Amino acid sequence: MRLLAGAGAICLLAVAAHADRPVPVADDVISGVVMPRNLSDYNFFQDAGGTKPNKGVTLYRLNSPLFTDYADKFRYIYVPAGKTLSVNPDNPEGMLQFPVGSAIIKSFGYEMDGKPHLLETRVLLHRADGWLALPYVWNEEQTEATLKVAGKRIPITFTDPSGKERSISYAVPNKNQCKECHSLSEAVVPIGPKLRNLTHDSKDILASNGILNGVTGTEMVMPDFRDDGMPLADRARAYLDANCAHCHNGEGSASNSGLFLTYEEKEPVRFGVGKRPVAAGRGSGGHEFSIKPGHPEESIMIYRLKSLDPGVAMPEVGRSLVHDEGVALLSEWIDSL
Amino acid sequence: MFRSLMIATAMCLSAPALAKTITVEAGADAQERLQEALILAEPGDVVELGKGRFDLTDGLSLDVDNVTVKGQGSDQSVLNFAGQLGAGEGLLVTSDNVTLRDFAVEDSKGDGIKSKGADQIIYHAIRVEWTGGPKATNGAYGIYPVESKNVLVQDSTVRGASDAGIYVGQSDNIIVRRNTAVENVAGIEIENSYNAEVTENLATRNTGGILVFDLPNLLQMGGHNVLVARNAVIDNNTDNFAPEGNIVAGVPAGTGVMVMANRDVVVTENAIINNGTSAVMVVAYTQKFDDASYDPTARNVTVAKNIYSHSGFAPDVEGGQLLAQAFGGSLPAILYDGLGAGFNLVDDVPALDLGLTKAGQSFADAQPKLYQRPPAVAIKELKAITLPASMEERLK
Repeated sequence: MRLLAGAGAICLLAVAAHADRPVPVADDVISGVVMPRNLSDYNFFQDAGGTKPNKGVTLYRLNSPLFTDYADKFRYIYVPAGKTLSVNPDNPEGMLQFPVGSAIIKSFGYEMDGKPHLLETRVLLHRADGWLALPYVWNEEQTEATLKVAGKRIPITFTDPSGKERSISYAVPNKNQCKECHSLSEAVVPIGPKLRNLTHDSKDILASNGILNGVTGTEMVMPDFRDDGMPLADRARAYLDANCAHCHNGEGSASNSGLFLTYEEKEPVRFGVGKRPVAAGRGSGGHEFSIKPGHPEESIMIYRLKSLDPGVAMPEVGRSLVHDEGVALLSEWIDSL
Repeated sequence: MFRSLMIATAMCLSAPALAKTITVEAGADAQERLQEALILAEPGDVVELGKGRFDLTDGLSLDVDNVTVKGQGSDQSVLNFAGQLGAGEGLLVTSDNVTLRDFAVEDSKGDGIKSKGADQIIYHAIRVEWTGGPKATNGAYGIYPVESKNVLVQDSTVRGASDAGIYVGQSDNIIVRRNTAVENVAGIEIENSYNAEVTENLATRNTGGILVFDLPNLLQMGGHNVLVARNAVIDNNTDNFAPEGNIVAGVPAGTGVMVMANRDVVVTENAIINNGTSAVMVVAYTQKFDDASYDPTARNVTVAKNIYSHSGFAPDVEGGQLLAQAFGGSLPAILYDGLGAGFNLVDDVPALDLGLTKAGQSFADAQPKLYQRPPAVAIKELKAITLPASMEERLK
C-alpha cells in the first residue's frame, strides 16, 4: 500500500510539471513495479472522464466480442513510442505480440440518459516480468476510476438492445478473476486482440498509426457472429472462441474439462460434439453430452448458457444475464448438426 | 566498505519479505475484506480467519504461492456461500505450496474448494458441507484438487457433494488419509491420476464409498498405481443423487470400492461392510468413446486382506435381484466384469464374474457365473507415496 501511494505522488508531480500541454502516457507507471491506485496515473486519456484517448492510445474493435451483460465496451491498445506490435510467426492469425511497456485498456459502461456512463476500466500491463491485469472502478461523477483488486458489485439498471429494461448486480472481476480468463499455462496473457478477430478498420488504423506491421491482408478472418450473411458454423465457432475459448483450451483455466472451444479446434469431440461431461456436476442439467447434434435442448452447452445459477452458468464470471442472441445462434447451429 | 555495502544490499534483495499474519474477522463486507487479503498476501504469509460465519457473495480465490489460509477450527470459522451470486466454486486456489486448514466451506453453489494446477497443496482439517444433506442441487465436488502434483488431503470431512466428496483429478503423487466422507454420491474419487494412496478414511452413507476411475478424452489419462488401504467403507447405500450425464450418476447405490479403467490398483486391509450392491467392483468403462489412446479396462487389480461383512443384499443393477436370488439371496462380495487382465483376488470370498467379452457391453449381455480364480499370485506391492518433506514440515 505504501508503494501505491508513492506512485500516486510521482504522478501528481508529473502532472504539475506539464500542466500547460498534453501529458504523455506514463511509460514509467506502466512498466513500474507497483499497482497504480488510480486510472489517471497512467495518462491513457486526455480527459478525466476516460473518453478521449491520449497520443499513442488507439481504439480498436473486434469482429466477435465477448458478451458482458450487454455492456458497451471501448478497447484501446497502447504501444510505447518507437515500438510496434508484431504478428506471431507461429500463429499469424492468433494473438498479436506486444512489446514490453504496452498496455491494453478496456472500459465497460452503459448508455444512461443518452450518454455513456462508465462502470469500470480494466488494464493489462505488459511489464518486464509478464502481464498484470488490474480492475479500476469509476466514481459516480465519472472523474476518476480507482483500483479495486477485490472487485466490486454495482447495482445497475439499463435498457438492452432489444429495448428491454434490465436490473442486474454488475460484477467487476477481482484481480484473480482477471487471471482466470486471461491465463495460459498459468501466466497472464491478453485474450481479445487476435489478428483474426480484429475488424478490418482496426487493422487499418493500427497499421496507419505505424503500430502494426506485417499484416499481409491474406490472413483468415473470424466472422462477426451477428452477421447472418456468414456461414452458420463459422459464426457459432466464432462465438465460442470469443466467449469460451480463453478458458476452454488445453492450457487455459478449463483445461481439465477436455472441452476445447478455440476457433482452430478441428476435433468434434473436443469442441463438444458427443463429448461427455467430466466435472460438470449439476451443470450437466441431466444431459449426457456438451453438444448433442440436432438437439440443442439436450445439449449441456445450451443448458449452461441459459442458466443464471452460479453453480451451473457458463461463463463462470462476467455474466449475470442470459445472452439470448448467443443462445439462439448456438441452438440453431447445434440443431443443424 | 563499499564491498560490504554491496553484500548487504544483495542480502536485502534476496531475503524474502518478512512473513506476516493477516487476520480477517467475520462481519460486514467479509467478501471484500477476505478477497483483498487473499490478493494482497505475499509468499510466506498466513491469512487467518477469525471465529464465526463469513457470509460471502461471490467465489473467493487465492493465486499467491506459499500462503496458508487458517481458521480457528472447522466448526469455528465458516465460509458460508448460501448467498453466492457468481463463480463456479466457493474457494479457488491456483498457486503452489498453499496450506488450507481448520476452516469450513458451507453451501457453495458449485464445487466447495477447487485447487487447479496447485502443486504441493495441503488440505488439513477442512470441512466442506452442503448443510441440507444429499441433494441433486448441491455442488459437484467438495474438496477438488485437479491437475496438481503432490496433493495431501487429510483429517477433513465432506458431506453432501452431488458428485464426489473428495475428488482428485488428473494429478500425480497423492495422499488422501484419515478423512470422513459422508452422504456424497462418491465418497472419495481418484480419477485420471497417477500414484495415489487412499488410506484410513471413513466412507459411509455415500452412494459409492471409494472410486478409482479413468475417463477418455482428457489431457491426462491412464490412471495407475493407486493404493486403497485400511479404510472403513461402511453402509454406502444412499440413492444416487448425481445429475444425469455425470459418470458417477451410473454408480449403483450400495457400492463399496469401485475400480474402473485403471491399472495397478491394490485394495487391501479395508473393512468393507454393509454395502448393498457390491463390496468391491472391478470393471471397465462402459460408455462409447472415441479416443485411440484410452484403455477402458481395469488391469492388474489386487484385492487382498480385506474384511467383508454383509454385501450384495440389495443390488442396484439391472437384473440384480434375479441374479441375487440365483446366488442364494445376495450377490457375491466381489463383482468383476471378466475383462481386465491380471485381476488378482487373494481374499477368500466369492466373486461374480460377469463374463463380458468386450468393454462397452451392457449388463444385459453378461454371462454371469461364479468367478473361477486362477492360482493366487504374489501381491504386487506398490511403491509408497512420499510427499516432499517441506509439505509435512508445513503441518508442524
